[in-house]
Amino acid sequence: MKLIVAIIRPERLEAVQQALNERDVYLMTVTDVRGCGRQRGYTEVYRGAEVRVNLLPKIKLEIAVTDAFVEAAVEAIVHAARAPETGQIGDGKIFVLPLEDCVRIRTGERGPEAIGP
Amino acid sequence: MRQRILPFLLALVVGLGLLTSASAEEPMPAEPPTAAPPAIDAGNTAWMLISTGLVMLMVPGLALFYGGMVRQKNVLGTMMHSMVALSIVGLQWVLFGYSLSFGTKDSSGWIGWDWGYVGLSGVAPNAAFPGTSIPIFVHCMFQGMFAIITPALISGALAERIKFGPYCLFVFLWVTVIYCPLAHWVWALDSTASAAGWLGKMGALDFAGGTVVHIAAGVSGLAAILLLRKRTGYPQQTVIPNSLVLTLTGAGLLWFGWFGFNGGSALAANGLAGAALAATQVAAAAAGLSWILAEWLHRGRPTALGLASGIVAGLVAVTPAAGFVTPLSAIIIGALAGVVCYAAVSLKPFLKYDDSLDAFGVHGVGGLLGALLTGVFASAALWQAGAGSTASLGALGEAGTDYAAQIMAQIYAAGVSIVFAFVGTAVLVVLIDKTVGFCLDPIDETEGLDLTQHGEVGFDLGYAAETVSETPHAAPRPASRPPNGHVKRFTVVLDGATPADLMRVWSDLCQAGPTPPSVEFQAVYPYVTTVQGNRFRFRGGDPVAMSANLLRLFGDRLGGKTLRASVEEARP
Repeated sequence: MKLIVAIIRPERLEAVQQALNERDVYLMTVTDVRGCGRQRGYTEVYRGAEVRVNLLPKIKLEIAVTDAFVEAAVEAIVHAARAPETGQIGDGKIFVLPLEDCVRIRTGERGPEAIGP
Repeated sequence: MRQRILPFLLALVVGLGLLTSASAEEPMPAEPPTAAPPAIDAGNTAWMLISTGLVMLMVPGLALFYGGMVRQKNVLGTMMHSMVALSIVGLQWVLFGYSLSFGTKDSSGWIGWDWGYVGLSGVAPNAAFPGTSIPIFVHCMFQGMFAIITPALISGALAERIKFGPYCLFVFLWVTVIYCPLAHWVWALDSTASAAGWLGKMGALDFAGGTVVHIAAGVSGLAAILLLRKRTGYPQQTVIPNSLVLTLTGAGLLWFGWFGFNGGSALAANGLAGAALAATQVAAAAAGLSWILAEWLHRGRPTALGLASGIVAGLVAVTPAAGFVTPLSAIIIGALAGVVCYAAVSLKPFLKYDDSLDAFGVHGVGGLLGALLTGVFASAALWQAGAGSTASLGALGEAGTDYAAQIMAQIYAAGVSIVFAFVGTAVLVVLIDKTVGFCLDPIDETEGLDLTQHGEVGFDLGYAAETVSETPHAAPRPASRPPNGHVKRFTVVLDGATPADLMRVWSDLCQAGPTPPSVEFQAVYPYVTTVQGNRFRFRGGDPVAMSANLLRLFGDRLGGKTLRASVEEARP
């Protein structure tokens, strides 16, 4: 079992979710986050006062999958989260973490069975 | 918190109770009016009823205007500052504020009083306000809206750092001891419809409240922020407006309501109202434009907040002038207001005071500019034709050309307003700060007004919510293997260059540049999944073509190195 944590552009969420669904990956947690990577921030101006925005809005996906789904999920996210044409700095990152255990609260099931859709 | 506010509420209720009982003991005017009551004109009254509603709408307009400019955690608290004035001053005005401002029967020139105006208990619905053909009821309600919006304007200077209870107390006291006397000095009329207040007698011109409303509010805001602490983190942390959508909407509502604010200040549906309305429209238009043009030249971009601020600055500046100036003069007043107020708020970072939403920069500076320019541009001929009067205007004299005297009168009235509002507000603020504390606890300030003062949140919208599709996604179904379709997976291994070189080239390729990507890259990129060392993993595409394209892409960029590609099929 792995936990896939992906940081993506907010505007790509729809496409990523679609791509994951096509690979039978449905269950995910989506969070609004802010972060900074190699993509530098931007400047806003309010009544003459310049504001430097260094932390940019991103979406964080957390997806727990069984080993068979890891590659499919990573591949789906990579393809769908890229900016069209060439990709851009700021497209995001995917982290794959080992997942110790998983418990479905309703039934008490443990392990890979508890992950499924 | 509650324990500290209760005594004040009790004092307020007891005070009001004493006042109403005092008025009840006072004998009502028993003798019937000797002359027939002045006639009420239906057209004039209809316009003033509408104007009252228009000015009332400025209060929610102001709530939106200010509410959009603060941080998300303070949006409700800031809007409440405007809206609660409708309730507090709405009652104060009818109970005794109107009497303090416009009562002339039982008072001398320094402060108004008329027992019949207390609770409007001695006023017949068909009694007309002196010099007009509108009912006193309507005049009271119309003027009440001005008294409501003025302290609400001050809240813009104090936004994001004050406690709600002390603010309510401040609004009540400020209107009572500062607004009411000022309004009396400038606007009060005796029973023969001539000016009763000492500033009005001097000939200072203030059509719709440049001195009483805007200078007073702006300067009071400045006094308060100079005495109170800055917002925590200011100016190291900059505050980003939560929604300029609200601010622009609010500016639009303010503009709309201002037609009543200025047009209604003619107190009749006549040519004067029309002239005031026209001046209001063009001044707002000119100021909005001149602000964003100044910004465009200075900063490179015209902003939405700039347009909203410019509109308000122009409306403020034309307020004392509307009805006295021609549309062309109003355009000049508006255009100047946009630029001058832009300069004023741009100077704020250098002056180091924390005027949260620029109440002083827009209302104080714009009001002062408007008051002075009224003296420069006032046209006696325009006013006389509009009002149907032959009287001389202000201090302009019989010929209507004594501009030096008029400008001096304007400066004097503005100066009186500045000194009175500044000193009076300073005393009130210190009084409130020393007794109950005006500013929020810094921890509460960090958490935000909405939660700590009201226990609510204004809105809770994340950007994830913006991308939720209307049609639901496919229903989940159990699967033990991911469906791969019939897409071929394979890995292309490149030999002959170090992985570091390969990665550097690949990273450069995967980045938008001034020129469109090469044909080879466009052929490869959509199929690449991940890259590890010298192993390029593909999903779909023709292995032979992909290998050839990769060799060409890297061969060109690694200058002379011989590369070899081999294809590994993915494990089933």
